[in-house]
Amino acid sequence: MISLAARDIAHSWSKYVFTGVGLGLLIGVTLSMAGIYRGMVDDAQVLLRNSHADVWVVQKDTQGPYAESSSLPDDIYRGVLGMPGVEQAANVTYFTMQVQHQGKDTRVMVVGFEPGQPGAPPSLVAGRHVTRSHYEAVADVKAGFKLGEKIRIRRNDYTIVGLSQRTVSTGGDPMVFIPLADAQAAQFQKDNDAIVSGRERTAANPAFNRPSVPGLLEAVQASQITSHNVNAVLVRVRPGWDAAQVAADIQRWKHLQAYTYANMEEIAVQKLIATSAKQIGLFLVILTLVSTAIVSFIIYTMTLGKIREIAVLKLIGTRNSTIAWMILQESIGLGLVGFIIGKTVATLWAPVFPKYVLLLPLDAVLGLLVIVLVCTLASVMAIRAALKVDPAEAIGG
Amino acid sequence: MSDTRSNDIPAIELRGLCKRYGSGDTAVDALKGVDMRIAPGEVVGLVGPSGSGKSTLLKSLGAVIDPTAGQMFLGGEAIFDGVWKVNDLRTLRRDRIGFVFQAPYLIPFLDVTDNVALLPMLAGKSNREARRRALELLEALDMGHRAKANPSQLSGGEQQRVSIARALANNPPIILADEPTAPLDSERALGVMGILNAMAQQHQTAIIVVTHDEKIIPLFKRIYHIRDGKTYEESVG
Repeated sequence: MISLAARDIAHSWSKYVFTGVGLGLLIGVTLSMAGIYRGMVDDAQVLLRNSHADVWVVQKDTQGPYAESSSLPDDIYRGVLGMPGVEQAANVTYFTMQVQHQGKDTRVMVVGFEPGQPGAPPSLVAGRHVTRSHYEAVADVKAGFKLGEKIRIRRNDYTIVGLSQRTVSTGGDPMVFIPLADAQAAQFQKDNDAIVSGRERTAANPAFNRPSVPGLLEAVQASQITSHNVNAVLVRVRPGWDAAQVAADIQRWKHLQAYTYANMEEIAVQKLIATSAKQIGLFLVILTLVSTAIVSFIIYTMTLGKIREIAVLKLIGTRNSTIAWMILQESIGLGLVGFIIGKTVATLWAPVFPKYVLLLPLDAVLGLLVIVLVCTLASVMAIRAALKVDPAEAIGG
Repeated sequence: MSDTRSNDIPAIELRGLCKRYGSGDTAVDALKGVDMRIAPGEVVGLVGPSGSGKSTLLKSLGAVIDPTAGQMFLGGEAIFDGVWKVNDLRTLRRDRIGFVFQAPYLIPFLDVTDNVALLPMLAGKSNREARRRALELLEALDMGHRAKANPSQLSGGEQQRVSIARALANNPPIILADEPTAPLDSERALGVMGILNAMAQQHQTAIIVVTHDEKIIPLFKRIYHIRDGKTYEESVG
């Protein structure tokens, strides 16, 4: 038996392909949305992986440093370093800001780190690591900075000496790594007017400006313009030690919050991007419903256009199942054409997106299965219409 | 379902066939006891004004509507006697009744050969065997040279010849032709009638031709006139 669906598609292939292109673009958007979600998850995971930490120590009762703000004195790390099972402990700061570059703003996450410690940039794709104590930076290639270029962070210029790849914040902003001391200054340093204003305000406060205590006012003012805070202490655990136990010990004895990699992944993936994930999930559901409606409408319209032929087919003895199979095959065929086009365009336009779009093969397979299911459901209305066709319609009168 | 085509046994016979649409006060009797007897190889005309019951009779003969009462025999076998006597009307239509329509209604996405071969394929013949049968019929109808053409590439007369080949594809004992010459000019209409006559003779197929077409009426040896749901036989030849 010949395939009626294949013949029908071959006969009106241009209509079929154009319809498939329209559907394909819609499928492309759907796959891209899934890719954007995957990209967000990957951004969060890559941030944690690049930290090279087993435990994150942050301000008590916070979920910092990525999901909430966290502030710790920068000497905490010494105490952490003395805890059993801790091999390395290093201060880090994170803050997001706009950096001026070639006349336009680039949003970056500035990371203050200590060379050779957890939190330092991973292997570079160009240039070298930061070797000086001040005013050198390593930037993610996505920021668009070139080696040797200078960028301005707050009041100082930094030279880009190295480029890293896939070092982004959970929001997808490229990272710029600068020495910890510079980052602390940049994060907490005030401008000159604010400093002068602050000094005057402190001098006007009788509690700090006591004539009987010489030097108190100067000491208070000095403390106000320097910062000795960081956002987190990243800990590497000695081989053979359980990170969860080390985190529990730090939490108990240091009265801080300590998270393992698994805890942090849960915060980053399930809490930090939860709202965005729900947003995208809802959008995916809507797109799937729209796709179903469109395929249903197209297949239904195409079937109505063949009512006379279907009546003739039924009159000459074609089984209902043969006619239903023809419609189902055409519907699934349309979905497959749409999927191929959708997958192609999603792959082509993924790099153009400002945020990372991760198209996983598994998502493509799932998408294909959903499309087959959607097309099957979409053909139901058309099949019902075809099965209702009375073969007597082929006979005039 | 034996293929009995002896002139002693009519290809089709109707006895008191009735068809009522609706019920109660709104009931309409479209057929009021139609009698008809057609021998194998015979081509008869069925003539009548609009609303006389031609289409209802054709649909009843084609097993696409259920008559209300009466009897219908096909090759001597009772296929209707108040109720259908065959389990599968679809198979009955496929294997034992051929249809030729006013418009050819060829399947536009199949080429000429497959339009004809589709019926044998539906009947379980292999693609190869079905196509061979189709080509034989197309050659017989002088359409062999258009075997690979699409229906849209054919003229009206050519399309009608393909639809006749399709009607003959499963070698049915009867063919129901619903105004097959209506869209054709005189020359082509006479040509189509010539083909139907030749095919009836060659395959011993009984053919009922519903027509309004004055120019072909003289070609029938027997004509059934239908008026107000009843048939009246007229011998012409």
